[in-house]
Amino acid sequence: MSALTENSTDNGVMMAADGTPLKRSLARALRRQKLRALMLIAPLLIFVLLTFIFPIGSMLFRSVENDIVANTLPETVAVLGRWDASKGELPDEEVYAAFVRDMVVAVEAKQHTRLGTRLNYESTGMSSMFRQSGRKMKKIDPETDGPFKEKLIDIHKGWGDIETWKTLQTHSGLYTSGYFLNAVDAQKTHEGFAWQPEEKQILLKLFWRTLVMSMVITGSCIALGYPIAWLLANVSARNANLLLILVLLPFWTSLLVRTSAWKVMLQQNGVINEVLVWIGLVPDAERLILINNQFGTIVAMTHILLPFMILPMYSVMQTIQPSYLRAAKSLGATNWTAFWRVYFPQSVPGIGAGSILVFILSIGYYITPEIVGGTKGVFISNRIAYHISSSLNWGLAAALGTILLIVVLALYWAYDRIVGIDNVKLG
Amino acid sequence: MGLPPYATIPQRIWYYAFRVICALIFIFLITPILVIIPLSFNAQDFFTYTPGMLRLDPDAYSLKHYQDFFSNNEWQRSLKNSLIIAPIATIISVSLGTLAAIGLSQSHVPFKGTIMAILISPMIVPLIISATGMFFFYSDLGNFMENTLGMGKNFVGYVKVVLAHAVLGIPFVIITVTATLVGFDRSLTRAAANMGADPVTTFFRIQMPLILPGVISGGLFAFITSFDEVVVVLFVGSAGQKTLPWQMFTGLREQISPTILAVATILVVVSIALLTVVELLRRRSERLRGMSPT
Amino acid sequence: MKLTKTLLATTALTVAAGMVSADGHMANEMTIVSWGGAYTASQKGAYHDPYSANTGVNIINDDSSAEAVAKLRAMNEAGNVTWDVVDVVAADAIRLCDEGLAMEIDPDTMLADAPDGTKASEDFGDLLVSDCFIPQIVYSTTFGYRTDLVGDTAPTTVCAVFDTEAYPGKRALEKRPINNMEWALLCDGVAKEAVYDVLGTEEGQNQALAKLDTIKDDVIWWSAGADTPQLLADGEVVMGSTYNGRLFAAIEEQKQPIAMLWDAQVFDLDGWIIPTGLSPERQARALDYIMFATDTQRLADQAQYISYGPARKSSAPLVGKHKDLGIDMAPHMPTDPNNAKNTFLYNYEFWADYRDDIDAKFQAWLAK
Repeated sequence: MSALTENSTDNGVMMAADGTPLKRSLARALRRQKLRALMLIAPLLIFVLLTFIFPIGSMLFRSVENDIVANTLPETVAVLGRWDASKGELPDEEVYAAFVRDMVVAVEAKQHTRLGTRLNYESTGMSSMFRQSGRKMKKIDPETDGPFKEKLIDIHKGWGDIETWKTLQTHSGLYTSGYFLNAVDAQKTHEGFAWQPEEKQILLKLFWRTLVMSMVITGSCIALGYPIAWLLANVSARNANLLLILVLLPFWTSLLVRTSAWKVMLQQNGVINEVLVWIGLVPDAERLILINNQFGTIVAMTHILLPFMILPMYSVMQTIQPSYLRAAKSLGATNWTAFWRVYFPQSVPGIGAGSILVFILSIGYYITPEIVGGTKGVFISNRIAYHISSSLNWGLAAALGTILLIVVLALYWAYDRIVGIDNVKLG
Repeated sequence: MGLPPYATIPQRIWYYAFRVICALIFIFLITPILVIIPLSFNAQDFFTYTPGMLRLDPDAYSLKHYQDFFSNNEWQRSLKNSLIIAPIATIISVSLGTLAAIGLSQSHVPFKGTIMAILISPMIVPLIISATGMFFFYSDLGNFMENTLGMGKNFVGYVKVVLAHAVLGIPFVIITVTATLVGFDRSLTRAAANMGADPVTTFFRIQMPLILPGVISGGLFAFITSFDEVVVVLFVGSAGQKTLPWQMFTGLREQISPTILAVATILVVVSIALLTVVELLRRRSERLRGMSPT
Repeated sequence: MKLTKTLLATTALTVAAGMVSADGHMANEMTIVSWGGAYTASQKGAYHDPYSANTGVNIINDDSSAEAVAKLRAMNEAGNVTWDVVDVVAADAIRLCDEGLAMEIDPDTMLADAPDGTKASEDFGDLLVSDCFIPQIVYSTTFGYRTDLVGDTAPTTVCAVFDTEAYPGKRALEKRPINNMEWALLCDGVAKEAVYDVLGTEEGQNQALAKLDTIKDDVIWWSAGADTPQLLADGEVVMGSTYNGRLFAAIEEQKQPIAMLWDAQVFDLDGWIIPTGLSPERQARALDYIMFATDTQRLADQAQYISYGPARKSSAPLVGKHKDLGIDMAPHMPTDPNNAKNTFLYNYEFWADYRDDIDAKFQAWLAK
């Protein structure tokens, strides 16, 4: 060691065996190592970026996109921009004439009903107004039939309502914050921000409920999964594999089937109630209500997600040397101390991986809560699915999705900070 | 982990109490599966234990749902599709995912947090959003493959679903494999390299066997993700790629039919058989190699 | 007489189809989207199989109707429409038409006349609720009840649903405002003609929700059409709303102790649309199929498989017996005079406007 030091520090600089300065050589080795790591990651990263991040990003971008108004009614939007709504007067003839010219083009291209659907999200009734007006405006010639103000109000009285034009003016921008405001039970009005009427507020509540329920489900998965994982890791490999079959069986069974199975189990004439009545624990008239409430959701989801907790825990616990535990005990630790101070800390990465899996999966589930959750078991994903596949309000769905994504990322980040990046190698 | 002869009474009590707790959890896991098996022999088209079934009246039981499964083209085709799509998607996500997890577990990876977040994002994004987002991408990809590369429509359909499912499986592989790599002793690979093994040999002979449990459980998750996935395939796939869950989903929504219970029962039996065979083979090879059963 | 006519019509069609496809104007494969299960099976028996036999066209079934609206919009944006004919409910057809995703249909030139020469527009009548929609069946959402659980007096009016004293036990209602709000108002003393006027106001919506509030604890909410028959068979509910065809299957095919409560049934329509953006060959094929599948005899044929009423007036007299059970189907049709004493027609225009608004309120009320 000392000879080496003497040799290679001739000029006060550490030298590697090949004569390059050690610092540079180390830096090069580090660079090579980084490069190799990146090379290993690159194929997957590119694959995910291209086939997932990019498409999802463009989907989520719909939450602010609003060019349909300006594209369908270009002239109207330009003229309407000069209208001062605060005077409380209807816009003048210029706006109506521009609107008629735009509408004639839009009706020809069958774009007006699409716009009506868009504006109906903001103000109920716009959809039929555009549909009905479109049909009648086919007969108007924008060159000769003016003035239009009276005519339009004749066609549909909505055009004589100042609120209609306010809505149009408010939502004429190319980008909108409207969907995000809708997603948090508020709305974008002419005056700016306003809360939705109380009887329509639901989404914030659903976000909160989704988070709380997911935490409860994660908690019960940890409570039920830990003993099983420990048992699997500490019996002979032979027995462990047999027991593993019991864990994997539910896992092999379709989610839809398992959810239906819980329905068969939990309902009032279901297996559990029948058994309880039969052994006399519960009187026939007072059968337990186990389904169509939060309890049902928690039980079914815990069952469905439990393997996602057990398997990562098990694979981590397998790598824990039993000799550590024995060493602790031989040094005088009680069983509990040995477990809590020696074994448990080593199993934390497994709990971490399992919890992240279970929590995030349960946030995104909607089929099971829909089937067993009743009125109190609906998650925010149910609303996202509704807006994607039934109401076609993709802007709102994208806004809800973006918020959900941000919440999950924030929790994930906080988790990393609290539990520590070295304990859970997840990020 | 037998009970040592010197165990104290509280230790004994805890030992047995723990066993009972574990048994109860296993019952929780298994009962729902056992409950549906008799229902798949129901003579009626409902998920209900009829009075006849409880009396064990033979007329209340029938094999008609099994008959339906084996004779109905739709069910057979969807089973075949699932068996094509799930394994290929799994292979893609496991191979790419394991490589990336190893890369990520090295020290000094730049932007590690961001990369990790990107790689597990398919799990975080609500499925319905993923489904619509992917729909656009895969339509474009499909158009390109069909029109520019001149590939067959059916083949392109499978490629689309396989790739979509592979992406969904990746987070599971990443999470489980990195979790196993945390406990991995780096000096082992260095020792192997010292003794002249090239990186590929080191990987397959040293690293792979040690992280195998993680890789297998990740692969299992990825397989199940594809085998049990219904939302994305509804959007990305077309009628030609109808998978088993898709067929079950219509079965459950449009018309309650215990055929899906029959399918579930068959899958349970097959997987018990498969797992048993694997276990027997493993024991045999252990015996042949002269390893003592531990 | 009827047979010869059908034969003649079929031959004529075959010849016509043969001529056109020989010119290469029509695609010889088509994807038809429907709901799956017994419903697709009935369409296969009544439309697809005969059409394939006549023309040699290969028909692919896709059970995606539940996602049809979202998927069609996505296909349209991606410029890759892979469906040729799509089965949707009328409300979805209106939505698709509004979005420009479905093609406009001129009933008199694109659909077959009735055998007596009545124009299609007249034969379908009021049921042509959208410019893009070709009605196929009339179905209804109505109540079924367990005959053994309702006591001595079987319910006769829809208001029995709100009467938990006379009929204790759970009820199954659909987890959406449509239909439930109307029934609630009806049973809260609002006249049938005034229901939608009332429902269009804030107070009216609150009134309906207040009425539903009285039974909220006794309701199991369903979201898939197959749920209510299952709940009834289990004895989990004493009565529940669902589509009449499901109840028919539970009563007649499965012999369950269930009876129909036709009172205040809500008529709804299901039918075809043709997506926009098809190539000319595929569009020609889709139109040819539609012309065939919605003619008088074909619509009547579908009723052999499932208890939904044909959408043409001229088809009603041709409705025969069930293919397997051999029972007369006419008395099981929602449109049968005995069943249709007190009915409601789904108000499409109203719900197209108010659906999102009332749905938000309804969901908030549910979550309370």
